[in-house]
Amino acid sequence: MKIIVSIKQVPDTSGKVAVNPDGTLNRASMQTITNPDDMNALEAALKLKDETGCKVVVVTMGPPPAAGMLREALAMGADEAVLVSAREFGGSDTYATSQIIAAAINRIGVEKDDIVMCGRQAIDGDTAQVGPQIAEKLHLPQITYAADIQKDGDTVTVKRMLEDGYMTIKTHTPCLLTCIKELNEPRYMSVGGVFEAYSKPLTTYDYEALKDDPLIDKSTIGLSGSPTNILTSFTPPQKGAGVMLEGADKATCEKLAGILAAKHII
Amino acid sequence: MDFHLTNEQLMLRKMYREFAENEVKPLAEEVDETEEFPMETVKKMAKLGMMGIYFPKEYGGAGGDVLSYAMCVEELAKVCGTTAVIVSAHTSLCCAPIFENGTEEQKKKYLPDLCSGRKIGAFGLTEPNAGTDASGQQTTAVLEGDHYILNGSKCFITNGNVADTFVVFAMTDKSKGNHGISAFIVEKSFPGFSTGKHEKKMGIRGSSTCDLIFEDCIVPKENLLGKEGKGFKIAMQTLDGGRIGIASQALGLGEGAVNEAVKYTQERVQFGRRLSQFQNTQFQLADMHCRMQAAQYLVYAAAMKKQLHEPYSMDASMAKLFAAEAASDVTRRAVQLFGGYGYTREYPVERMMRDAKITEIYEGTSEVQRMVIASNLGVK
Repeated sequence: MKIIVSIKQVPDTSGKVAVNPDGTLNRASMQTITNPDDMNALEAALKLKDETGCKVVVVTMGPPPAAGMLREALAMGADEAVLVSAREFGGSDTYATSQIIAAAINRIGVEKDDIVMCGRQAIDGDTAQVGPQIAEKLHLPQITYAADIQKDGDTVTVKRMLEDGYMTIKTHTPCLLTCIKELNEPRYMSVGGVFEAYSKPLTTYDYEALKDDPLIDKSTIGLSGSPTNILTSFTPPQKGAGVMLEGADKATCEKLAGILAAKHII
Repeated sequence: MDFHLTNEQLMLRKMYREFAENEVKPLAEEVDETEEFPMETVKKMAKLGMMGIYFPKEYGGAGGDVLSYAMCVEELAKVCGTTAVIVSAHTSLCCAPIFENGTEEQKKKYLPDLCSGRKIGAFGLTEPNAGTDASGQQTTAVLEGDHYILNGSKCFITNGNVADTFVVFAMTDKSKGNHGISAFIVEKSFPGFSTGKHEKKMGIRGSSTCDLIFEDCIVPKENLLGKEGKGFKIAMQTLDGGRIGIASQALGLGEGAVNEAVKYTQERVQFGRRLSQFQNTQFQLADMHCRMQAAQYLVYAAAMKKQLHEPYSMDASMAKLFAAEAASDVTRRAVQLFGGYGYTREYPVERMMRDAKITEIYEGTSEVQRMVIASNLGVK
């Protein structure tokens, strides 16, 4: 049994976000982090590894520096890492990205007992599309928004967290799950893990390595194979500090009503 | 000297920093106020391998290097001086002398529990009448059959009330002076061993500091560490290594104060300008940063030399002397930049100033470091 975790390096949105003239992100000029939801997916995989001794493989698509993020995943406890990186893959939107990652996962190999895990969505694009699209390309059953995962033999029971409640779904392996932050608290790298991280296998899949997969076609990968057109990208303006009123007395209530009325909310 | 950090060291610094920010910083004020030992934090650090960073995996360590350990103490001290000294005393003063002087049996018996953090370590050298003059040991150890009987007391023992394993020094032959001192591994469960009350201190208030009391304490003969009469040498070697830990603590405290001052002076407005816009503030911060950067070079150089098994005694003394005095100066200046707010316990800089003072005193006062450095220069 193994778990393949798809992770993404994203700009640290607590810093300044820079955008290229073509509307794509200028990743080189920004501090990066591992996408937070992907950390929850990785933690879920590592917990299953703690319980069952299964193998955990992390995969990412990105420029060569993304290997640093993969080493961190290895330092947390993952066993192997795959970096999908090629000029031909650059500029891919979610459609093209999911084609390429699905092809990479095909090459890693999905067996009967395996699970593919992804974060719900990345904080740079916020689309939540790549995980579900990978599942479709790989013809895997998928369960999104996992807030709890139980595995019993080849059955996986997942509690999905939705806006208005929970939904529990059972499926069989192999399957794909997308994970949310309520699922767990990601662990830190350990000191011993850091010293092992650089001796664990990290393989790079370039265009040559994946080109024979039927999913890889020049017309469906990279910027030219991406149907999405970005009209504009911008850093959202910072929200002002909120106003906090305390007290249940008449004067406070009248003040609150006054503020809401002034904003035409009531 | 090459100050290029390895990929592992860079990754560890990030990990230490995240851990310190998320797990240690939020508790630092409470630990100081309540004087309570942060046991839960120690358990978390143990799980991550931070209690045995530079010891081999075969003894339960993380298989790292001395600089990676120094960086750990540094990052912890940036946010909490107490947590930093717990790791430093445990690692440098208990794990290290057992690793460097113990028999294979002793190493296999004690190091896995210590390096994994299941047990906490401490070091008992100082006595009421044997502080800087460590050779004046009055605790005695008498061999009777298959065990030694220890009598006497130790004071100001860091981690004293929480430790399970102690490296303790006692006179086995008073007539030989320094050459009559021997080292022992003492477990807290040994008959005749007890600890005294928690010392109320100016800083590092959550760190456990207490007396150790030996009343006909029975220590098995096989717990003699090194050879009989070699205790003073073991103590001095151990303190050389310990000084890298305390220098790292001082370094972190000073750097932490610079971080706080840089942040605060950009927020506080007086005379219609941010404090950071005044040239005095800029010059102060530049001086403070310079001093801590110089301290970092000295500390890292000493750590690298120890790792490479090069003579590092003078380097460790220079690092500790410089870093401790820099930390005291820089934290005091940080309080000044904060003004009245800096004097309140609402902000962390007064705690950093109180914590920094001890780094000029313990594990060899600044005066002792000057003696070591002068002696290495051949000055008599």
